[in-house]
Amino acid sequence: MKIGIAQVRSVLGRVDKNIEIHKKMIKQARQEGVDLLIFPELSLTGYNLLDLTFDVARKMADEEIQSLIAEANGIDVVFGFVEQSPEYLLFNSALYASEQKVRYIHRKIYLPTYGMYDEARYFGHGSSIRSFSTRFGQVGILICEDVWHMSAPYILAQDGAEILIVMANSPAKGIQAEGLVTRDAWYSIMQNHAGQHGMYTLFANRVGAEDGVAFFGGSTVANPFGEIEKTASLFTEELFITQLEMDQVRRARFKMPLLRDENLDLVIRELQRIQKKRCREG
Amino acid sequence: MKMVEEHLEKAPFLRLDEELVTTILTTTLREEVEKVGFNRVILGLSGGIDSAVSLYLAVRAFGHDRVIAVRMPYKTSSPASLDDAQTAIDDTKVKALTLDITPQIDSYFEVRSEADALRRGNKMARERMSILYDLSAHYQALVIGTSNKTELLLGYGTQFGDAASAINPLGDLYKTQVRQLAAYLGVPEQIITKPPSADLWENQTDEGELGFTYLEVDSLLYYLVDQQYPREKLCSLFREELIDQVLTRIRKNQYKRVTPVILKVGSRTIGLDFRYLRDWGV
Repeated sequence: MKIGIAQVRSVLGRVDKNIEIHKKMIKQARQEGVDLLIFPELSLTGYNLLDLTFDVARKMADEEIQSLIAEANGIDVVFGFVEQSPEYLLFNSALYASEQKVRYIHRKIYLPTYGMYDEARYFGHGSSIRSFSTRFGQVGILICEDVWHMSAPYILAQDGAEILIVMANSPAKGIQAEGLVTRDAWYSIMQNHAGQHGMYTLFANRVGAEDGVAFFGGSTVANPFGEIEKTASLFTEELFITQLEMDQVRRARFKMPLLRDENLDLVIRELQRIQKKRCREG
Repeated sequence: MKMVEEHLEKAPFLRLDEELVTTILTTTLREEVEKVGFNRVILGLSGGIDSAVSLYLAVRAFGHDRVIAVRMPYKTSSPASLDDAQTAIDDTKVKALTLDITPQIDSYFEVRSEADALRRGNKMARERMSILYDLSAHYQALVIGTSNKTELLLGYGTQFGDAASAINPLGDLYKTQVRQLAAYLGVPEQIITKPPSADLWENQTDEGELGFTYLEVDSLLYYLVDQQYPREKLCSLFREELIDQVLTRIRKNQYKRVTPVILKVGSRTIGLDFRYLRDWGV
């Protein structure tokens, strides 16, 4: 199975231009024989939207969204956008399209609202973490900060995910002598979850800058043994293509049967106990 | 370079991955200039280290034929600085202009002879920035800033003067880090080693006027701003007098780091609840 990560530079607040970027990338990926093409978080809008969030929000039925879904023909496509719900609530969402239909929508659960981030001021929190079936196997999607909460990939792994897609808009920051520490932290998260759950983890990060903040790119794939096989370039646009061998999931899980031995009942019981304790204390 | 290495050995936490920082700054500078429709940049070149580093970064980002350096001496400006600026111009082969600001400054102060050195210095800084913005329109070149993080935090600069610019590549680098980058970028040694000076009056030096060294204050700022150490912890590392002096300067000069305060009347006030990045739509 050939996967592509479209490491793009989205134009802030310009859905029209970003649609063009998406279509161009999809065309190129199709020529390269890519089976599944993944765009970064908010690929249709850019990241630090502030009040533009209101203007770039799209309903599922909107023509622009439908036109991209229609592109998922012979190739599965995952992209990010500002979703307007039927209740007019706005979500930082990821849409998985296959055979010109919506296969799944993930709404970002954990919205960073600290330091340089201000997401919960504009977006509603997503409320479900589910894996879903695709023609390549069971897939789970998380958006950026989601994966920094260990419970999110854990739930997806328990729910059967063999491939974890993580769409990000991660900036270069905190640079000292050690270099790009944010990337190192990302890779270690991707590798840990891949290895611990015996699944592929795919990291799709954007490039380009918004008001002086540079997104570093460096998209990558960690295999079910927790190894990074190949990484995309830093700071430059790229269609990053690599192969997934789904049989590696089977081999990794036989060699390291952590998923088999996981005691879900114990976890649920203990979490319920903790939840009760917290409520009483509250 | 010996001086730079000595400083970084004393304050290793200020050391940068210079290659990575250069990549980030040049990539982002190029994008932030080009996406708003400019192909060239312009900057004032004093002969000091900050403007030299901005120049060398700009040349790396755009090539020498798309960078314009402007020397704007006053009659009392140090001739050595003018020579140092020339050395940087010769080394980088950029287009350079020299405009003597003496006539307009002297004309203005002829009837304001009571003006002290600070007023005169500030007027000169604003005159220089006024010239840069005029030449910016003439050459269709965006004005690049030269203020480092140390002087921005301390407020050691002239509002609407040297502190102004369209894009500032140095604003997140402490002076000690600017020195490290200068050595890496090949800025002529005499520019790096000479005592920093605003050159607003004869024999002025930053460290003499401020009452502490840049290495000392950069170390304090790192722990204070970046690490957010509590006061007790700072007191175990630095002189209490220095801490107080620096804290007061940071607070008192906040006004220089923000856009003018707007008095709220309507429901969407610019900067308050009318929130957009500069990179809106680009």
